[in-house]
Amino acid sequence: MAGNAEQTNTELHIPADEHGAGFPPFDSSTFASQILWLAITFGLFYWIMKNVAVPRIAGILEDREDRIAGDIAEANRLKQETDEAIAAYEQALAEARAKAHGIAQDTRSKLKADQEARREKAEADLNKKLIDAEAQIAKVKSEALDQVGDIASETTSALVEALIGKAPTKTDLNKAVKSAMN
Amino acid sequence: MANDPIHQFQIQKLFPIEVGGMDFSFTNSSLFMVLTVAAASAFLIFTTSGRGLIPSRMQSISEMAYEFVAGMLRSSAGTEGMRFFPLVFSLFMFVLVANLLGMFPYFFTVTSHIIVTFMLAMLVISTVVIYGLMRHGAKFFHLFTPAGVPSALLIIVAPIEVVSFLSRPISLSVRLFANMLAGHITLKVFAGFVVSMGAAGAVGTAGAILPLGMTVAITALEFLVAFLQAYVFTVLTCMYLNDALHPSH
Repeated sequence: MAGNAEQTNTELHIPADEHGAGFPPFDSSTFASQILWLAITFGLFYWIMKNVAVPRIAGILEDREDRIAGDIAEANRLKQETDEAIAAYEQALAEARAKAHGIAQDTRSKLKADQEARREKAEADLNKKLIDAEAQIAKVKSEALDQVGDIASETTSALVEALIGKAPTKTDLNKAVKSAMN
Repeated sequence: MANDPIHQFQIQKLFPIEVGGMDFSFTNSSLFMVLTVAAASAFLIFTTSGRGLIPSRMQSISEMAYEFVAGMLRSSAGTEGMRFFPLVFSLFMFVLVANLLGMFPYFFTVTSHIIVTFMLAMLVISTVVIYGLMRHGAKFFHLFTPAGVPSALLIIVAPIEVVSFLSRPISLSVRLFANMLAGHITLKVFAGFVVSMGAAGAVGTAGAILPLGMTVAITALEFLVAFLQAYVFTVLTCMYLNDALHPSH
């Protein structure tokens, strides 16, 4: 009876002992197995991570970074090229503007000089013509005056002939006319 | 048995293996370790197999995990700390996936056993100690003598530093283990309420709505905790590794 009771007791106790030391996480009989399998699985996991997963993801990220850095460098290069092109264009524009200005200036001064020259020439011409004309006038005037003397002498001679029936001498006539005209 | 909140942590032998009187059986815990490794590896490898310059959604999850851990490690241990990246990344992914797998009903939570979390913590601490001693030799012990402390005080400070260093693996492992354990027990208890109240007639069924709502809310919370504990474990790992790199703080 006693043995039987003991047996029942142990039978009841065996599962109770397994539980519990009750609480499974503190059951040290499972520790060896857990440590071994953790070492195996975690060791394998570490190996996979170190040799496959980490290098691969690192590679992907590095490629992307390189690509982005490359793209940015390319963009910077293109921007610099654009800037240079703009600068060159602006310089060419400034040069062209300066040149155009120069040409305009030249043309203007040339035209001015031309005009000046023509004006001077015209003035000179006119002056010459004026002088010529004046000389002509003077000549015509003196000629006319000379002719006036002759006409006066002739008329006087004719008058004197008619009055006294005898033509005066040329010398007398001239003297008389001259004194009368002055 | 179905209502026993501890039952889910029971280790069951699937293939008994015994070597030299030691029990190395392949258990449900071992199975879920294998599943964790398989799931995490498969995800990380298959999502990145395209090596897309423009990542697909899945690939960007893997990249995000990578950059998340890399950022953590770089900010606390510097660029030098990146030599430990495979270890830290493995720890983060292992703990995270183990925690998340544990969220499936009837699944075993690997990290709810203190021996597992303690071994992971010991892995971190032994890495710190071994690397620290290899790299700095005796200077590694400057860790226990903070700069700028008067030598009279060192008699008090150094033992405190030693104790705090020794308690690191314990706090690191207990934090993760206790969080997973407590969360799963809470979930189970509240879910158990729903069943037992539902069995108690119409009033009970109506009343069961409350624990049902709690179960839903705690499930959401547990997903957060699953991620958060993996994060905390990794952050602390990074900080401890920093001690191995720069012992004089």
